[in-house]
Amino acid sequence: MTTALKTENLTITYTGKREVTALNDVSVEFNENELTAIIGPSGCGKSTLMKSLNRLHEIQPNVDISGEVYLGTQPIYATDEPLPEIRRRVGYVPQKPTALPLSIYNNVAYGLKIHGNHSKAELDKLVKKYLQKVNLWEEVNDRLDAPGAELSTGQLQRLCLARSLAVEPDVLLCDEVTSALDPISAESVEETLKELKEEYTIVMITHSMNQAKRLADKVVFLYLGNLVEANDVNQFFEKPESERTKQFISGQGVVGEDESSDEEKQPATTAAQVL
Amino acid sequence: MDRYTEQRLFGLLARASAALVVGVLAMVISVTLYRGGRVFLTDPAVMITPPGSRYMLDGGGGFLHAVLGSIFIVVPATAIAILLSLSTAVFLQSDYSSERTSEIINMFLNVLWGTPPIVYGVFVLTVIIAVGAQTSLFFGIIAIAIFQYPIMTRYTDEALRSVPGAVKEASYGLGSTRFETARITIRSALPGIVAGVIIGFARGIGDAATVLFTAGRSTQMPGGLFEPATTLPILIFEQAASFNAEVRAHAYAASFVLIIAVLTLIIASKLLAGKYARFAPGGRHS
Amino acid sequence: MDGQTETEVADSKTLERRLRYERLSRYWLLGAGLFAVALFALIVLTLAHRSIPIVAEHSLIELLTSANWDPAQNEFGFLPAIVGTIYVTILSMAIGTPIAILAAIYIAEYAQGRTKVLVASFIDVLAAIPGVIFGLVGLIVVVPFVGDYLAPAFGSHSIGLGIVTVSLVMAIVVTPFIISLSVESLEALPDELRESSLGVGATKWETIRTVLLRAAGPGIFSAILLGFGRVFGATIVPAMLIGGQTAIPDSPFDAGETLPSLIVNDFGELMSIPLTQSALIFAGLMLLVIVWLFNFGAMFIRRRLQRRWQY
Repeated sequence: MTTALKTENLTITYTGKREVTALNDVSVEFNENELTAIIGPSGCGKSTLMKSLNRLHEIQPNVDISGEVYLGTQPIYATDEPLPEIRRRVGYVPQKPTALPLSIYNNVAYGLKIHGNHSKAELDKLVKKYLQKVNLWEEVNDRLDAPGAELSTGQLQRLCLARSLAVEPDVLLCDEVTSALDPISAESVEETLKELKEEYTIVMITHSMNQAKRLADKVVFLYLGNLVEANDVNQFFEKPESERTKQFISGQGVVGEDESSDEEKQPATTAAQVL
Repeated sequence: MDRYTEQRLFGLLARASAALVVGVLAMVISVTLYRGGRVFLTDPAVMITPPGSRYMLDGGGGFLHAVLGSIFIVVPATAIAILLSLSTAVFLQSDYSSERTSEIINMFLNVLWGTPPIVYGVFVLTVIIAVGAQTSLFFGIIAIAIFQYPIMTRYTDEALRSVPGAVKEASYGLGSTRFETARITIRSALPGIVAGVIIGFARGIGDAATVLFTAGRSTQMPGGLFEPATTLPILIFEQAASFNAEVRAHAYAASFVLIIAVLTLIIASKLLAGKYARFAPGGRHS
Repeated sequence: MDGQTETEVADSKTLERRLRYERLSRYWLLGAGLFAVALFALIVLTLAHRSIPIVAEHSLIELLTSANWDPAQNEFGFLPAIVGTIYVTILSMAIGTPIAILAAIYIAEYAQGRTKVLVASFIDVLAAIPGVIFGLVGLIVVVPFVGDYLAPAFGSHSIGLGIVTVSLVMAIVVTPFIISLSVESLEALPDELRESSLGVGATKWETIRTVLLRAAGPGIFSAILLGFGRVFGATIVPAMLIGGQTAIPDSPFDAGETLPSLIVNDFGELMSIPLTQSALIFAGLMLLVIVWLFNFGAMFIRRRLQRRWQY
């Protein structure tokens, strides 16, 4: 099993009004063509870890980072490669299904148009290919020009997957992609993810232990910014190494959830604050 | 053009534009402060000296008439506007009107908000002609109140809307009437409302187009409610291009007084909204 | 027992009083709510009524298309003022809008921390500076600049007062206004939009251009149209800087007149002639109607854009 992505001694600190260490010395590996689930109580650094994997956390101010993330063997922090190119190779699907203010067609074609000069015919073919890949083509092929936001949330989340896949990333980051969906839509997205992990390396945050069991090959457990355990899914749930993991998977481990729940929320700096 | 070059170019353009805007506005303020301050600070008494008998010709005396005129017009006008705008804003909340009703009223308020002040001036002047009166303090007050009304209603409405529903529910839960609940809501929204009132006051004190034909262009001390009066903006407007350097200098000094007053008010309102926000359940959290 | 009934009596009296307040306040608030509508109707009707004399004497077409303005000779052609207004509006918006939007992008997307707060607050505060101050600074700074440098640079001649001068100053007046509203629209956008776009490898600028400007498009568009209304109805700056010339301008460096400045410059002296009164009130009515159309147009287009560019 080859490692597609790994972090080395990753430490991330928010340096706003209150200094908060969101990630503390985390080293973890994500294997190729596997789905790795990140679990843990809310606010314990899951999103921070995920966004640090393609440097998306940098759109927020006041973040300090040390350590390194390697995509294959290439470091993504100490590198000359332009940031957008790194983000193309490590795609990201946000928790809340978000359509870009474009048509369904152009939502998928957005990344393709940015990264290459495809002819119209090529674009058509690629858009169809990726919509099929997320099992959305049948549902939308008659209204490709409609605004993406008019889709139902379940369809929308699959559209987001198609949009991310269209630029052929090496790794796909999915931030609780089913949590905003009703059970039926969630199931269809899960099905899609299951198919996708044959071809892609997927890192997914989830709140649901059962979802992790159903989908994941490997589970990473974070607690208060620390890596507690990272293990094969069966091992993790059957024979957890850490006491903390045992508590957590048996449902007792949610202590600390309240104290740390605002860790990842950055106070937005706006003009309203000073004046 | 390569996409990274494009990115750098537009980043640079955005920066340059912001710098240009800030620079030009800083220039406007410094020119006013410098040219006005040079006159005003050498003789601050112009502000409290009544105008001489041939004021527009020789600039004798000072511009106390305009300072007082501004105060006598804008203070009562603001009081009237507060009463009207607060009532309208309360009516716009869901307790009193359906979504459809408040949407329609809001549409009219928006039109009023965008109406050029000169139109209010012409309107009140038309009324003055119709009733056979003359320009006076009184009509200046009316014109400014009309001008402030949509501005202050907008801020008040926004402040009331930001009060969390829980406050209202708690009040209704105790068996309060709508009127009593409205009073609680107003209290919760007070910082925002006060900030809006101050902004309305500042806009009122700075506007010339509404009062030009309604208060008049008097060069004498305000004599009474139905006597002609003048305000600082009118004085600046009238005297800025005068051929007499002395008269022109008074326009500069008056603009110094006006800009200090307006800036103080606006900054105070922003600070107030920021500072008290944490006391209001619906306010912005800082 | 007696105490009990007394309390009950007192309670029912209190309730009665409270309900009376409730009833009275309801009428008062209803009145206040309708006041907005009534005020608007009153203004339109009053101005329309008082415009009848001039429209009856000279046809609407003549008023709008005649280039001859000379109230003393019973000539009421608004064309020069209309042309002047259009000139000033288009010119100042052409100068102000791109700069305002770029500056808004800087504040919302590029600036961080203290710089952002300072720049945004500064521009916000400046949106409240009275027009008459801009007029004064225009006289001191922009008039000599246009007269001595800008007009000669374009091979033209100008006394300094004129359409270009007004447009430059109005561009300065209107930018903080457009910036404030645009920044508000951009900052209201969810971070997911930025993350989604950056997440497929778009650059920051591509994200801004293709995603954020569209998503905030309805708000920015409204800001621009409201800015149009502002410039269009601006009175004091044009009155101070345009030079008061009721002829159709040959070049943008010429002096001219806008509808509001025409009202200001001619109302005082010519008020005694009833027909002039009516003509100037008619000018006020035109302003109102056009601003009204702008407003409704903005609302309509905003809704369409919101549907088209929804996210």
